[in-house]
Amino acid sequence: MSNKKISNRYDFSIISEWIEQDYKVLDLGCGDGGLLNFLKKEKNITGYGIEKDDENWLKSLKNGINVIQMDLETGLSGFEKNSFDIVILSKTIQSMHNIEIILDEMLRVGKEIIVTFPNFGYWRNRFQMISGSMPISKELPYAWFNTPNIHLCTIDDFDQFCQKKRFKVLDKLILTNNKAIQFMPNLFGALVLYKLISK
Amino acid sequence: MNQKNTIGIVKSKQFKSAFPLVLQNGETLDEYKLTYETYGTLNKKKDNAILVCHALSGDHHLAGRYSKKDKYPGWWDTLIGPNKSLNTNKFFVIGVNNLGGCSGSTGPKTINKKTKVPWGAKFPIVTVEDWVNSQNALLDNLGITQLAGVVGGSLGGMQALQWAIQFPNKIKHAIVIAAAPNLTAQNIAFNEVARQSIITDPDFNKGNYYQTPTKPKRGLRIARMLGHITYLSDDVMGAKFGRKLTNKKIGYNLKTEFEIESYLNYQGDKFAKEFDANTYLRMTKALDYFDPGNGKTKQLSKVFKKIKAKFLVISFSSDWRFTSERSKNIVKSLLDNNVEVSYAEIAAASGHDAFLMSDPKYHAILETYFQKLLRKS
Repeated sequence: MSNKKISNRYDFSIISEWIEQDYKVLDLGCGDGGLLNFLKKEKNITGYGIEKDDENWLKSLKNGINVIQMDLETGLSGFEKNSFDIVILSKTIQSMHNIEIILDEMLRVGKEIIVTFPNFGYWRNRFQMISGSMPISKELPYAWFNTPNIHLCTIDDFDQFCQKKRFKVLDKLILTNNKAIQFMPNLFGALVLYKLISK
Repeated sequence: MNQKNTIGIVKSKQFKSAFPLVLQNGETLDEYKLTYETYGTLNKKKDNAILVCHALSGDHHLAGRYSKKDKYPGWWDTLIGPNKSLNTNKFFVIGVNNLGGCSGSTGPKTINKKTKVPWGAKFPIVTVEDWVNSQNALLDNLGITQLAGVVGGSLGGMQALQWAIQFPNKIKHAIVIAAAPNLTAQNIAFNEVARQSIITDPDFNKGNYYQTPTKPKRGLRIARMLGHITYLSDDVMGAKFGRKLTNKKIGYNLKTEFEIESYLNYQGDKFAKEFDANTYLRMTKALDYFDPGNGKTKQLSKVFKKIKAKFLVISFSSDWRFTSERSKNIVKSLLDNNVEVSYAEIAAASGHDAFLMSDPKYHAILETYFQKLLRKS
């Protein structure tokens, strides 16, 4: 199952802004290859997608992406240290088992990394919880019984995690309905994008 | 799904070399013939040719039938034909019987012009590199300067890989299926058992059995039976045969009783009738010797530096003879060199033989990739 179906072009364009021309990019959990294709057009990037799901893998191939079928949970052992300018994990982290391993691996393989995920602290999620049910939203479109998402977190949680892991935040943007949120982002932000390096 | 048509009646052709071939073992073949088949039409630009390389027991007969009475079509008929995944309305597909083979190309059973008797044991041990050189001579003869792609499974996949290394400018895409950058010790071990069963057959006569009334059929059939076991997965064998008996009761004797025994015996007999033992020995040797990276990952990445082709690498989850790990070794060295590569690991139960099956997911991947070739060429 993929969270990529809800991809909106706006977060693509933010990611594109964070990427230099001709970068070599690795997109983990690349879905149908939409982001990589967008970056090809915008920034003339080269690179690869990684996708485990058969259907998405084939869609990526159809979309002209170089796509490697493998399970991210086992790490990125086929990739050399610092072999990519940037490694992206877009809207996938919340469905992964071992978050620390994959982030460490991303920072090994990439000079910089971009991580995006739905903010569980978004007020609509909180409101649904207070009302007594698990949140369902544009960013979290699944019911509790069929969701692939097992590691949801808030922006504050992730900030603390970055501190603990000594990741340096180069850029951070919080979005709701394609608009940047400045005021109380942990409450009013639906989607969050981080650009990180190792300290 | 596209409408599936068969290629119909086909005829094989023969290419006679104009130049001698210097082999890797140092010997020179002054002249040789390659039997081959083509399907579809070579376009004006001559840029729609796909070479399909065969595995250990395959040959040039990829698709279609020689006559209406022919019981079986070519070995990859499920893939190749008009509007099939490898569409012969678009591509010019070439199948070649490898040098040292027994289906028409110069090999151990061919008469050696110098001695006026079959080559037999004297036919040189040829390698994947030699095959690629000889296939290249055929392509020169056909006026093809660059292949749109080279496709192969198993030993055929090794040839596709070798093409990309040996003639980087002559190949645009390599499709490497259920292959490996070299054989593991276990794989060489299986090959050695197969070879020993042939060599120790009293009818083998040191490889010179063409003028004797008997052929080393016993050895060849055991070699084939062993091979067959390793090409299938435990699961698929279990599902297909289980512990089923050919008769209702156990007979407490040494006759063939279980269906799996009967199946292996049938396959062994069939193969021993059709195939040549000397060719079998040479094919297994070519497998054993193939090792472009000299056994080292770093060296493989170095060798891959010259590669210009784009790659599709496919492995099958239940293949324990050429495991997914081995395909990933290839992918790793391609990634090290920024080669454009896609890799799929197909969940299929059939083991190594899955590359010959017509699993819809597998064929959809190939079809998609071939279509991509058309867009870019």
